Amino acid sequence: MDPAVIDLSRLQFALTALYHFLFVPLTIGLSFMLVIMESVYVMTKRPIWRTVTRFWGVLFGINFALGVATGITMEFQFGMNWSYYSHYVGDIFGAPLAIEGLMAFFLEATFVGLMFFGWDKLSRVGHLFVTFMVALGTNLSALWILVANGWMQNPIGAAFNPETMRMEVSSFRDVLFNPVAQAKFVHTVSAGYVIASVFVLGVSAWYLLKGKHIGVAKRSMTVAAAFGLASSLSVVVLGDESGYALTDNQKMKLAALEAMWETEPAPAGLTAFGIPDLKERKTHAEIKIPYVLGLIATRSFDKPVEGIFSLVAKAEDRIESGVVAYGAVEALKNNPNDVAARATFEQHRRDLGYALLLKRYVEDPRTATPELIKKTAWDAVPNVPVMFWAFRIMAGIGVLMILMFATAFALVTMRKHETKWFLWIAVLALPLPWISTELGWVLAEVGRQPWAVDGVLPTFLSASSLTVPQLITSIAVFTLLYGALAVVEVGLILRAIKKGPFAQHDPVPDGEPAEPEPLTA
Amino acid sequence: MELPIDYATLRVIWWALVGILLIGFALTDGFDMGVGTLLPFVAKDDAERRMVINTVGPTWEGNQVWFILGGGAIFAAWPFVYAITFSGFYLALFVVLSAMILRPVSFKYRSKRPNAKWRSFWDWGLFVGGFVPVLCFGVALGNVLQGAPFRLDTDLRAFYEGSFIGLFSPFALLCGLLSVSMLVLHGAAWLTVKAEDGPVTERARRIGEIAGLASIVLFAAGGFWVAFGGMGFRIEGLADAAGPSNPLRGAAAVRAPGAWLDNYGRHGWMIIAPVLGFLGAALALYGMRFNKAWAAFGGSSASTFGIVATVGVSMFPFILPSSYDPRSSLTVWNASSTHLTLFVMMIVTAVFLPLILLYTAWVYKVLWGKSTTGALVTNPDLY
Repeated sequence: MDPAVIDLSRLQFALTALYHFLFVPLTIGLSFMLVIMESVYVMTKRPIWRTVTRFWGVLFGINFALGVATGITMEFQFGMNWSYYSHYVGDIFGAPLAIEGLMAFFLEATFVGLMFFGWDKLSRVGHLFVTFMVALGTNLSALWILVANGWMQNPIGAAFNPETMRMEVSSFRDVLFNPVAQAKFVHTVSAGYVIASVFVLGVSAWYLLKGKHIGVAKRSMTVAAAFGLASSLSVVVLGDESGYALTDNQKMKLAALEAMWETEPAPAGLTAFGIPDLKERKTHAEIKIPYVLGLIATRSFDKPVEGIFSLVAKAEDRIESGVVAYGAVEALKNNPNDVAARATFEQHRRDLGYALLLKRYVEDPRTATPELIKKTAWDAVPNVPVMFWAFRIMAGIGVLMILMFATAFALVTMRKHETKWFLWIAVLALPLPWISTELGWVLAEVGRQPWAVDGVLPTFLSASSLTVPQLITSIAVFTLLYGALAVVEVGLILRAIKKGPFAQHDPVPDGEPAEPEPLTA
Repeated sequence: MELPIDYATLRVIWWALVGILLIGFALTDGFDMGVGTLLPFVAKDDAERRMVINTVGPTWEGNQVWFILGGGAIFAAWPFVYAITFSGFYLALFVVLSAMILRPVSFKYRSKRPNAKWRSFWDWGLFVGGFVPVLCFGVALGNVLQGAPFRLDTDLRAFYEGSFIGLFSPFALLCGLLSVSMLVLHGAAWLTVKAEDGPVTERARRIGEIAGLASIVLFAAGGFWVAFGGMGFRIEGLADAAGPSNPLRGAAAVRAPGAWLDNYGRHGWMIIAPVLGFLGAALALYGMRFNKAWAAFGGSSASTFGIVATVGVSMFPFILPSSYDPRSSLTVWNASSTHLTLFVMMIVTAVFLPLILLYTAWVYKVLWGKSTTGALVTNPDLY
């Protein structure tokens, strides 16, 4: 296949997925914050809480539209751009996507209209129920998408079937309760809660700095501080690393993000700083924190953490074994009843994917020389410097978020909402969690390379048989369309923030200073 | 584990389920898209346009999920079909996606600013988001009926040998126009039900009458073309209904002009589908002419159901025949997921689809009543 087609397909997926994930985590988090705010309204019956809920609801709606719009692309581009992938693992991967539609997206999308339009048609409790259904749908949606993604990272509960030339499911229970998927789910939705908290905190802080809408801003800040502290703790403590000791590829991901070339003897230390050097395969100027890595990766002090060299040696063995499996599959293609080939295949089936790595260099992996196999084994290493830095920035921001929300929580508890220096920090911190979550996806997906499905199917074999002009067309139009929509969305959000909580709905309650609002619909 | 339903039966069940989901999409999102297409023509000033948009305002989002779910269900039940159609019709689907990306934001963003140019821009966004996908879906179905130019190699990797322009054959265009007239009729019928009586519904009825007549004529023309235009494929010999999902094994498909009519001889009851297509459109015409809103909507729904179902039953067991290499053709028997996946997904669907229908019905009930221009003044939440 044309390498340019693969690169462009990857570029398009990266652009559309990262763009989609600018909006999704805010939807995930804000939906639950709306439930919290509206619950307070239902319990206290104070109209200011209704104003609070409806104001953040307006911002939720602007953001939600783009999340939905860009999600349509996600659902279809597996088939459009990753046709061979879709055939190869569709038996497993398609199911969570379909269940997402049935169980989650329908719920979310059906109730979201009523959430906006049903304020006067429903009782207080009835409307809270609708808001809760939206939040539930949104979060369940994340669950199923991460079950699908978790399977790409740790493909359990499935096996290759030479009769149909694809992976087929053997246990849905394994796919569903995949520990990697579970860890990812908790980590990712928590990140969404953090993003929403930072958003609410930052906008509220802006109002307080400007001395506007004090009543709404203080209440919103209180909710954000508490919710944000809990979620920022959860996002770090229940990090994604719990699954990293599971498989060779997950270990490779860990070794790459640590830029850890040699096996780290127990108790393994975490590299706080260093300069990874790809040529010499060394990391210079390392500063290590003892014990921490062992604790994260193996949940113990007495197990070593494997380094890149050792994992590459393993990959080499698996490629050799995979070539045998590949030969058996070719024999079974010609004669499905070949008993000897079937037996050989059964013995080597788990390494079949490794033989496919050779297809980047040779048409038939069986013709690969030992030198080529040695060289190809290094393909199993993801991009070390990208991983190393992405992890450090992501985790660094995670720690900063805990500090910020701990401070916010303390200030709110002491009723010192209007502490100026902190309000400025809260406003300036607005972009940080987005950077962090986007880098989280970079880690997850770059860290899985060269695989589309870990150890099963290399990315370069997964793409559709498209042409470069087709891809350039779609990338160009997506970029223009998405770029324009981003500008419009940010403009509308800023406009809505400027207009404030009393622009559309409620009369000014609870002793708020009445402000003249521009009379626009 | 022994599964209680055998593989062949499950494959037929999933053929029916995918059909139901696609018909669900055509019926629900169909009127949204029809309304979008009609928007610039039935509503002249801003109040009218907002009133029209709000006939579908609170529910289009849920309706659109039928489309997403249709994609997901095809992925889960027929991975081959998902992989080959979407990559083969790449640019066409890309155009559909772009239009459908424009739609949600057009709904949400249109009335956020009072500026007339701003609103007019998003009104055309709604038009494009309705008209373009509807046209493309029809063209796509036309291509499916004619067979798509793809082949599979021994690794079952698909190669598409056609071009973007090649998709727009005269027959496919006819199918595209049928799709547009069918859903414009459906959208117009929805407006007669949901919009306040006045100039808007009058215009909708007038356009609806034209669309209904066009539907009948185009559907009949398409039927003749399918029967006598050399279209059709047939499976040579006996297909193994429970065999492995590998198109290159088992009985091969061949071109067989006229074969799309075979099923009506074999299973007489299938004739219900095209009959419903015609009678429904006729009933809708009656409703339009004599101002019976529910007859119009019931008729357009029946017609949409019948026309989409006609494509499905005419082709059974084919899903996507290959015009380039008929042996690579995808059928219900050779392109599905495994027995286990089909079974588990059937259970999940059997649990959740009724639930979806239930809560959707509840939402429609809460929002019952006509969309009026008066409400625009009193309800600030409206689009």
